[in-house]
Amino acid sequence: MSGSGRRLIENMGWLTLAILVIWQGLYVVIGDIALRSPMATLKFTASFVTTAQFVTHLTETGKAFLMALTIAVVSGLAIGFWLGIKRFASDVFEPFLIAVYSVPKITLYPILLLIFGLGLSAKVAFGAIHGIVPIALFTLNAVRNVKPVLLKTARVMGLSTTATIQQVIFPSALPEIFAGLRIGFSLTLIGTLLGEMFASQRGLGFLLMNAIGLHNVDVIVMLTFLLTGFAGIAGIALLLINRRITAQI
Amino acid sequence: MTKAGLIRLALIAALLGMLEVMVRIGRIDPLTMQAPHKMVIDLYSMLASGKLNKAIAKTMGNAAIAFMIAVSMGVISGLLIHRLRRLRETLDPLFATYYAIPVFAFYPLLILLLGLGDAPQIFIGVMLGFVAVVVNTLNGLDRVPRVLLKTARVNGMNPFETALKITLPSAAPYILTGAKFAVAYSLIGVIGAEFIMSTGGMGYEISFAYNNFDNATMYPLIILILTASITINMLISRWEKSLLKRRGLQ
Repeated sequence: MSGSGRRLIENMGWLTLAILVIWQGLYVVIGDIALRSPMATLKFTASFVTTAQFVTHLTETGKAFLMALTIAVVSGLAIGFWLGIKRFASDVFEPFLIAVYSVPKITLYPILLLIFGLGLSAKVAFGAIHGIVPIALFTLNAVRNVKPVLLKTARVMGLSTTATIQQVIFPSALPEIFAGLRIGFSLTLIGTLLGEMFASQRGLGFLLMNAIGLHNVDVIVMLTFLLTGFAGIAGIALLLINRRITAQI
Repeated sequence: MTKAGLIRLALIAALLGMLEVMVRIGRIDPLTMQAPHKMVIDLYSMLASGKLNKAIAKTMGNAAIAFMIAVSMGVISGLLIHRLRRLRETLDPLFATYYAIPVFAFYPLLILLLGLGDAPQIFIGVMLGFVAVVVNTLNGLDRVPRVLLKTARVNGMNPFETALKITLPSAAPYILTGAKFAVAYSLIGVIGAEFIMSTGGMGYEISFAYNNFDNATMYPLIILILTASITINMLISRWEKSLLKRRGLQ
């Protein structure tokens, strides 16, 4: 592992420690009405994750998230490559992408629900639109910023369009494309969970909303902990891969 | 207007026209989507009747408060963190993965802590926007030309003066990028929170209208939010571009 990677993990350790200290401190101040201590949360989590109820909801969320992520990655990359190569098309469509990126997408969710109906497909669609736009925008910029000399070389060597994308554009744009995928991953996860929190009968988001309704602090704190932990660890792992890819070039 | 801009307008017009036709001939159920002209009429009568003015004022007001807190705290924190190298290095992984954290999962906790009023919603908006402002402020401060800082030193400016007269204006375009994110995030935070659990505001009204098949209220509200966020975003973008242009950077 590279030095910068080791430092990143070391800093991550300090950060985790700081968060645990703050968490425990908050618990001391607030008490059992609204919070559980880190220790109690860990114990409750360990006993809860094996229950059939949890596994069902986790599977549902996992399925929705994976489908949304697949759609977001495939269409995001396709849109990004297409607009990155075609200058005029990107002049026309890039402002649309930026507008969608900056809009509070939660307002669009009722429309998706009306189109797709309650259930898995609305959630997947909602997660996917969160992910598509950043992936497309990052890919677009990455492809557009490929050094002209590389493209010229590809032309001189008589590479076909497919071969140029495969052997020249993709490898040289990879670090930035990966940064887009990283952000797309996070936003798709958030989108899927938000979709479940509003108008859904299954999944971890639903479980969280249900726990809020029943004022089940154990479940609320546990789910917050699990989701934040998963997102944080996945985010750091992707960041490490991203740095390694960048270092290779 | 450029050629690309014209094509863009034509595309939007074509899309709206297509939607209008599809609804009229019944290909799209009016319970799913209303005809665009109907949405505009509904929006006008909604605004004219004033029955949702309270909700609109509440949401926009809360988002504005969240935005102002996020930007002011973000810029100040950015200035501080920029000076503390060790702290910045430790916080780096947090900044890099912050947006992977589902902030809305903290909403129930915040309700329990701050009550079911406006505070938890504003807090969520601030939580989302704050880090974007910090990251972009740091990015801008990294790019302040050394010669400017040297000039400040030569002229014997104190740190406060230097920040106010040199570093902040120099980093302004980057801070504006952060502010743009903060606009979007404060709206997302406030409206998202209203959606999930609240008793007022535009997010609540949209979800209420959705549950009652009241498309005549839902679509105008959605259009209003989208228009507001896109307009503010475009205005800040324009300001940002004019700043960069004046410096010959774009």
